[in-house]
Amino acid sequence: MKFLLQRVAFYLFTAWAALTINFFIPRLIPGDPVTSLINKYQGQISTEAIQSLYVLFGLDKDASLWSQYVDYWGQVFRGDLGLSFTFFPTPVADVLNQSLPWTIALVGLTTLASFAIGTGLGILAGWRRGSWLDGLLPVTTFLSSIPYFWLGLLAITLLAGPDSIFPSSGGYEPGLVPSWDGAFIGSAIQHSLLPAITILISSVSGWILSMRNMMVTVASEDYITVAHAKGLPEKRVMMSYAARNALLPNVSGFALSLGFIVGGTLLVEIVFSYPGIGYNLFQAVGSKDYPLMQGVFLVITLSVLVANLIADVAYLLLDPRTRKEG
Amino acid sequence: MSAPTSTVTTVSPEGPAVEAKPAKRRRLRFVANGKAATGLIVLGFFCLIAIIGPWIAPYDPSARSSDLIQPPSSEHWFGTTHLGQDIFSQMLVGTRGVMFVGLLAGLVATALSILIGVSSGFLGGAADEGLSALSNVFLVIPALPLIIIVASTIPGAGDLMVALVIGFTSWAWGARVLRAQTLSLRRRDYVEAARATGESTWRIITAEIMPNLTAIIASSFVGTVIFAIMSEITLAFIGISTISEWNWGTILFWAQSQQALAQGAWWWFVPAGLAIAILGTALSLINFGIDEFVSPRLRSSGHHHKTKDGQPIRMRVGFTPILPKPEQNATPVVRKKKEAAA
Repeated sequence: MKFLLQRVAFYLFTAWAALTINFFIPRLIPGDPVTSLINKYQGQISTEAIQSLYVLFGLDKDASLWSQYVDYWGQVFRGDLGLSFTFFPTPVADVLNQSLPWTIALVGLTTLASFAIGTGLGILAGWRRGSWLDGLLPVTTFLSSIPYFWLGLLAITLLAGPDSIFPSSGGYEPGLVPSWDGAFIGSAIQHSLLPAITILISSVSGWILSMRNMMVTVASEDYITVAHAKGLPEKRVMMSYAARNALLPNVSGFALSLGFIVGGTLLVEIVFSYPGIGYNLFQAVGSKDYPLMQGVFLVITLSVLVANLIADVAYLLLDPRTRKEG
Repeated sequence: MSAPTSTVTTVSPEGPAVEAKPAKRRRLRFVANGKAATGLIVLGFFCLIAIIGPWIAPYDPSARSSDLIQPPSSEHWFGTTHLGQDIFSQMLVGTRGVMFVGLLAGLVATALSILIGVSSGFLGGAADEGLSALSNVFLVIPALPLIIIVASTIPGAGDLMVALVIGFTSWAWGARVLRAQTLSLRRRDYVEAARATGESTWRIITAEIMPNLTAIIASSFVGTVIFAIMSEITLAFIGISTISEWNWGTILFWAQSQQALAQGAWWWFVPAGLAIAILGTALSLINFGIDEFVSPRLRSSGHHHKTKDGQPIRMRVGFTPILPKPEQNATPVVRKKKEAAA
């Protein structure tokens, strides 16, 4: 329990740090791009919306930094992230609300699948060292060096086309209305196949490699030799003795590298015009929509923190040592 | 430009040294590792292109011509763009930006990670708590969106700015690894001995601890360079850094925005992607070389031996080699007899 509380405290601290970074970025960097955006839409924005943008981007120069900071927090807690200029006049919070489920479904599921597949292959590659599985390593190294988005471009060229089952862009058939019926879900799954495969191929190799190295290290521990000497079946030694212990560092590594992975997968959404957060970020960058950019950053950071917390709970379940004190 | 050139001079002499004098000095044994040597040679090649690229490029990368969207030919090795620009020249000229940003960001991040990681591990106490909390925060916050926001807020971000932004946001991983290693080193006997003889803290860190961190520092530098190159190309690809400076990401940006895919112009984005992948693989290979140099267990080729009667056995660390068939058949028979007797 103590472990979990410590982690929760740390994530709260990180969330605070991320929000504070978000507060300071527009204030520290010279030039205020938001003013020109507001001027461009003069007359179309309500006074309230202008006020909220002023608070978010530090345009209310008269107020002290501290009162700006307090106002900023109050506004973020109310879920007011300003107006999006790309989807004018939709508030940023609404835009993100719409795209977050897409990203969670695509990135979340494929990341979990890639971790499971990679760890499984890594266990085998580490255990059967010197066999043909070692031949996988250079291939996976090469695949992991390819940027996700480029693999996506390649996949579109090779696999998608007018007469292919893989659509090249979008999250669902243009004619359909998002709802929970069969036609829509089927179309959504069909559209997510190619991006999912792309993410899977380029992210799986990292897990194979780290799990393999961990297995190799664990395989030379005394308790493995003892397990062999007891005459336990090879499979049991591999899974219950070696893999179980080798998995722990991999799970904590999983939590730590989530930030990196999510960053990469956002780009896959861009290539496939997938209606998720990453594509929002791309649209925001294209039209210099700073409120949306900052909103995307906050939402991604908070999601990664939540995912980290879940990974920590998994670690807690896997490693009895952490449960001992509580 | 001082950063990449200095790295070139330290790296490239080691490449050819493999053939010249193998394993003569202990330090050079690292390059005798096949993976590391391959990686260093490829890296050296890209560094060379980064230096001479703009001079050997056959065309001006931005010059337009009437050959619009031509597939590769003897005139245009990698084909042309929608404006008739030569993609081969764009690749050659763009290499410099890629290498410059990658190496400079790597240097900045590595310097920060040494500063923060080593001092956090060595000092301990409140300083350690604070510094490791700081690096954990930076580790958990997704770096790429942060880099995108900062880079797009800075007006007209050039190569230098992008390199600095990436360097200042991606030091956390290295700092964490270095801190862990420093923690395990600081109570070793030889460090205690140095402390007992009254050596200054500064000298203990630079002369006793740092040499033992070399491999980790090197591998975190290489790792950061990979990340920096990826981030930089990503920034260019989504159109944040200035598109007037050529790099591989800029080529991909134009290919994407001009619908190269729909026009079937594969030559527009394949060379840049392959170059990124090859450079990334080379850097990863160097890192594997470092890992295997430090921890020989990881070397993949398990030694193959033969018994007296010519049966092959595979030696693996932690495993007692088991001779194949004849004995394996014998074991169950013995057991059955025992069970029957009982």
